[in-house]
Amino acid sequence: MRSPLARFLVRRIVTALLLTVGITLITFVLTNLVPGDPVAANLGQRAVGDPAIVAQWRADHGLDRPLPQQYLMHLEGLLHGDLGTSQQSHRPVLDDLAESVPATLELAGAAILVSLVLGVGFGVVAALRRDRLSDHVLRVLSLVGISVPTFWLALVAFYVFFFRLQITPGSGRIDPGMTPPPQVTGLYTVDALLSGRWDVLSSAVGHLAAPALVLALYTIGLLTRFTRSAVLEVLGQDYVRAARAKGLPGRVVLFRYVLRPALVPVITVAGLAFGSLLSGTVLVEAVFAWPGVGQYAYKSATTLDLPAVMGVGLVVGVVYLVINLVVDVLYGVIDPRVRVS
Amino acid sequence: MKRARLFGRGRVRRLPQAWRRPLAVVGTVVALAWIVVALAAPLLAPHDPLAQELPRLAPPGPGHWLGTDQLGRDILSRIMYGARVSIPLTLLLVALSVVVGGLLGACAGYFGRWVGETIMRLADLVFAFPTVILAMVVAAALGASLGNAVLAVLVVAWPAYARVTRGLVLGVREREFVLSGRLLGFSAWRSLRVDVLPNVTGPILVLATLDIGTALLLLSGLSFLGLGAKPPSPEWGAMVAAGVDVFDSWWVATFPGLAILTVVLAFNFLGDTLRDALDPRTAGAIKERAL
Repeated sequence: MRSPLARFLVRRIVTALLLTVGITLITFVLTNLVPGDPVAANLGQRAVGDPAIVAQWRADHGLDRPLPQQYLMHLEGLLHGDLGTSQQSHRPVLDDLAESVPATLELAGAAILVSLVLGVGFGVVAALRRDRLSDHVLRVLSLVGISVPTFWLALVAFYVFFFRLQITPGSGRIDPGMTPPPQVTGLYTVDALLSGRWDVLSSAVGHLAAPALVLALYTIGLLTRFTRSAVLEVLGQDYVRAARAKGLPGRVVLFRYVLRPALVPVITVAGLAFGSLLSGTVLVEAVFAWPGVGQYAYKSATTLDLPAVMGVGLVVGVVYLVINLVVDVLYGVIDPRVRVS
Repeated sequence: MKRARLFGRGRVRRLPQAWRRPLAVVGTVVALAWIVVALAAPLLAPHDPLAQELPRLAPPGPGHWLGTDQLGRDILSRIMYGARVSIPLTLLLVALSVVVGGLLGACAGYFGRWVGETIMRLADLVFAFPTVILAMVVAAALGASLGNAVLAVLVVAWPAYARVTRGLVLGVREREFVLSGRLLGFSAWRSLRVDVLPNVTGPILVLATLDIGTALLLLSGLSFLGLGAKPPSPEWGAMVAAGVDVFDSWWVATFPGLAILTVVLAFNFLGDTLRDALDPRTAGAIKERAL
């Protein structure tokens, strides 16, 4: 364990594991705060009137035991992949989530790709053209990007592009009546590409475009602002001035001396941005009827479906944790200073 | 140079220049305009926001400049009264986050050891969740109401302040004037209150200003999802949600959304200006936290 990199990795992984336990505890405690009675929600009025049926139901679901014991039972179930049964769909939460996770990953993945390309590009342009018109325009646009209510923008985009202009297809992942491609990854665009179903691919890309762009707008604004300040900071360094002074062409200075160090911290921000994308999916999926985790989360929260809410919190929390762990590790590998800090 | 002499050294000198920039002027004017609308809504609004007295789903026109909703209520009046719901609640929410997060962060930074560790690990736990997901789970757990939505956003908002305050307090704690106060026999509480807190308020103020927009977005987002304001409250997020059912009547959702956008944008302009006006080094630290 002498290597700082190994020590850094172990520290990060242990922290992530502890946080995972914390996440299970938080979701468990929160769902036990719910004022609504799950017995009433599940059994219906007539059965609730019969104490024997209620007692039997509570015993079957472990609700008659002390909370710490219920938590341990919950943890044991989690280790066996048991997230409970949804009270609405009457199916295992894990199965429900397994169906909706690929849709959300496809949407969030497309949005982060768009955000990285446009956000970093705009940020670099704004920094290089500091205090000129394009910098001011990009600054205002990025501020608008982080200020727009995502749910409202989703509605406006749906109305303008689908309802009025009829440029984009409607809700869902592919056109109604079209059979999905054979499942390999669960991402329709990738699966359609792998199976050579070009009609499905074009339909999937068409359906993906509007929600992904709406979702990406916030992260584009975020990344533009961060990249701009990161590039500006590097541009002021002595070694950049020295590179210019010795007559290197602007392109070489930009790509070799400025962008390499400036874009390393962008990895961290991209990880954090992924969190806001996961948040945004709840609002965007509800409008575009995108059958992902966001829509599932919304439905389960509003119907007080305890195991489903717990499952969504857990899965999204853990996914976000893993993404941040990967980002941290990547950052530590690329930038040795991080390991010792 | 004249200005430098007029306003003395350091921050005070830079502040007026930053405030003369177009973004600052626009931000100030729009924010003030909304505050006036919120205060004077009963005088300004042409109709009762709850009265169902106009034709249903009438497009914008004379008598109802921003149209009417599916119950025949005037949207302009509802937006004006909505400012009395959304803006004060958002400001209260940010103030609560500053107090709760700031106090916990100051304790974590000043006392360190297990107090600091416990508080910061709790903060880490909140950061481990994407904000809307956690706020939604908390709001669903507490029950759908505007008060519970505020509590839910508070749960996800305080850690940012705790982290920033802790970092700033850690920096100030070892400075000579704090140490000499302690050597003179001041209590920990007095030293924290008199010596430490006044030195960390500037950056926290910037963060709070930048956070007003985020808090409003979260709060209206929860209402949009049905986890905040309940009908017939003219809350902006809930008003946008009402527009989902009547898609072809575009005005029902568009104008309340524009109201949210303009308020958030105004406070983000103000936050940006404040950040530029303060020390650039602390501004960098805040930017990272704010993300």
